[in-house]
Amino acid sequence: MKNLIWLIPILPLAGFIINGIGNKALSRGVSGWLASLTVLGSFILSALAFNSLADSNAVISVDGYQWFSAGNFNLEFGFLIDHLSIVMLLVITGVGFLIHVYSIGYMSHEPDYARYFAYLNLFVFFMLLLVMGSSYVVMFVGWEGVGLCSYLLIGFWFKNQEYNAAARKAFIMNRIGDLGFLLGMFLILVNFGSLQYDTVFEAAKNMPSGAPVLTAIALLLFVGATGKSAQIPLYTWLPDAMAGPTPVSALIHAATMVTAGIYMIIRSNVLYVMAPFASQIVAVIGAVTAIFAALIAIKQNDIKKVLAYSTVSQLGYMFVALGVGAFSTALFHVVTHAFFKALLFLCAGSVIHGMGGEQDIRKMGGLKKSLPVTHFTFLIGTLAISGVPPFAGFFSKDEILAQTWIHNPLLFTVLAVTSVLTAVYMFRLYFVTFYGDFRGTHHQQENLHESPSSMTIPLMVLAVLATVGGFIGLPELFHGPHLLSEFLAPVTAYADAYISGSASHAFEMNMIIISIVVLALIIAFTRSYYVKRNNIPETDSQTEGFSLLLSNKFYVDEIYRAVVTRPMDVLSRFGYNWIEKGFIDRIVNSMGLLTNGTSGMLRLTQSGNIGFYLFAMVLGIVVLIALKLVI
Amino acid sequence: MELSGLNNYLLLASVLFVIGVMGVLFRRNAIIVFACIELMLNAVNLLLVAFSSAHNDPGGQVMVFFIMAVAAAEVAVGLAILVMAYRNIKSVDISMLNNLKW
Repeated sequence: MKNLIWLIPILPLAGFIINGIGNKALSRGVSGWLASLTVLGSFILSALAFNSLADSNAVISVDGYQWFSAGNFNLEFGFLIDHLSIVMLLVITGVGFLIHVYSIGYMSHEPDYARYFAYLNLFVFFMLLLVMGSSYVVMFVGWEGVGLCSYLLIGFWFKNQEYNAAARKAFIMNRIGDLGFLLGMFLILVNFGSLQYDTVFEAAKNMPSGAPVLTAIALLLFVGATGKSAQIPLYTWLPDAMAGPTPVSALIHAATMVTAGIYMIIRSNVLYVMAPFASQIVAVIGAVTAIFAALIAIKQNDIKKVLAYSTVSQLGYMFVALGVGAFSTALFHVVTHAFFKALLFLCAGSVIHGMGGEQDIRKMGGLKKSLPVTHFTFLIGTLAISGVPPFAGFFSKDEILAQTWIHNPLLFTVLAVTSVLTAVYMFRLYFVTFYGDFRGTHHQQENLHESPSSMTIPLMVLAVLATVGGFIGLPELFHGPHLLSEFLAPVTAYADAYISGSASHAFEMNMIIISIVVLALIIAFTRSYYVKRNNIPETDSQTEGFSLLLSNKFYVDEIYRAVVTRPMDVLSRFGYNWIEKGFIDRIVNSMGLLTNGTSGMLRLTQSGNIGFYLFAMVLGIVVLIALKLVI
Repeated sequence: MELSGLNNYLLLASVLFVIGVMGVLFRRNAIIVFACIELMLNAVNLLLVAFSSAHNDPGGQVMVFFIMAVAAAEVAVGLAILVMAYRNIKSVDISMLNNLKW
């Protein structure tokens, strides 16, 4: 098995190279299926690795070659497959494969087919590198790589300037976070002399809890995570990232890349346990982001924007779990979220595909009959994300709520309100899109069609996963084994020893009953509001008051523009007009003028008169001889 | 060789050199100018041979052979240029050759 590990990332890389070089020479079928099969190959290898890990319980570590060394600092490019990375590997390659297959159908009208699959494969390669690396540096390589692919895929339709702007925004926002990550890595290197996980964590365990340097490292790494995982204050790129093709939104901006920050913090759980202050910051930021994004999602009318804000909100949940020290719970939600959010995005893609590119839910409605498979799977996704038992989201979300209740009742309240909001915006989206009368154009209605089977089969597979995915982590109440947290125990052992505790059975029972009642009320309410009374969301000009604030996303983009972008513009204009033009340019230009002037005078000596030249020559000789005599 | 003998050679070489310089400076016929340059070269050759003999050092004479070889090559090129110039302007007056300027 160990010898095959390196094949896991290499397969998608090979797919990228073949698709990238072959480009237009490959036929459509070849490039799509080639890309999908490489990811399937990685999935099969990951499953084999999972088997051997589950059997022998021994971490697979592959010593790579020595990448570089400077002074007494050595860096190895090695892989580490432990209980944490194998779960991530299975999610990335599994969901990734389904989304590749889906893309074959979704992108079928796209002229630039091979380029799309090349990028997608490159993304999978970097994402695998990110979770497989045995040191922070390898993680950082993957981290930057997925950022690049995200940029390339958001700007996939590069003829649209708005999409390009969205791509740049994502890239720059991520870069701000990456700076934090990089500084955190430097601090680790200075203090521990290594960036290998095992060395760093062993050293960190010997430091006093709450040491300032550990807090600083944890906070800096968290800055990196806020960029990649779209948390306040760096979240605004994610909703704009919906400019990319929908399968990309599903794979990169919902299921995998945005969970890189969560993965990084779970990986560094020792550091966060030793830095309680940083953990608190993580929890608070997560909770604020969760409720903030959920509020915005309620008033969005673009089907993908709602899902994007929902992703931001769900990522907030995961950060709360991380902040209270429930690391395996956070990973549990990563897994279930990957299932149901990828499902929801792919359903949205199927709706958009059927509607011929329309994304505004106010122009949809009544799609239930024309898109039966999409409707059914979307319903499952909605039930899962809202936390209706026994769908996947219920177990992971309730576990987060229970863990938060133990450690911080205030944050629990915030999250509880958020989960109500989650159900509201999801059922609003569901009812407005699939019920009522069709509100699109006549042309759209005639061409309305269910998607091809290459798209619906991945939907069905994901729907099954979103239904049963929660059973890998049953609450204690049901006396079933919590498979995931038991499996992860070796990774989080240190954290579990520090932060322990589980909710009482009575509390869990109450939670289940309350959430069922509340969800039933919400479903009944949204159904009567949007279906029975046939309300459709108002047009932009009718929106007023608090709704206006929500539909304009709390004006955060505008605030950023005023506070950051504008001053930067003014500063760079000053630099251009005064420093560049007034100072540097003048020096350069006067050099040119000086040369021109002197040469203009000197060239007069080139008279063309040979007698004069000869005279000058003799004069020169005489002067040289005279000088020789004098000196 | 005695010192006074060397002085005679130096004097002769200087006179030849100055005649060459004057010719180059004041004559306008390119062929004469050319010949005067040869005269200067030979004045230097004479000096080299005289010093070589005075110091018992054959190096100076070797140098002379080099100069002769280079001068021969230079004459070949120079005369070729002159021939071309004459074909173009029907003259060998150097004051007529003044088109190469700014």
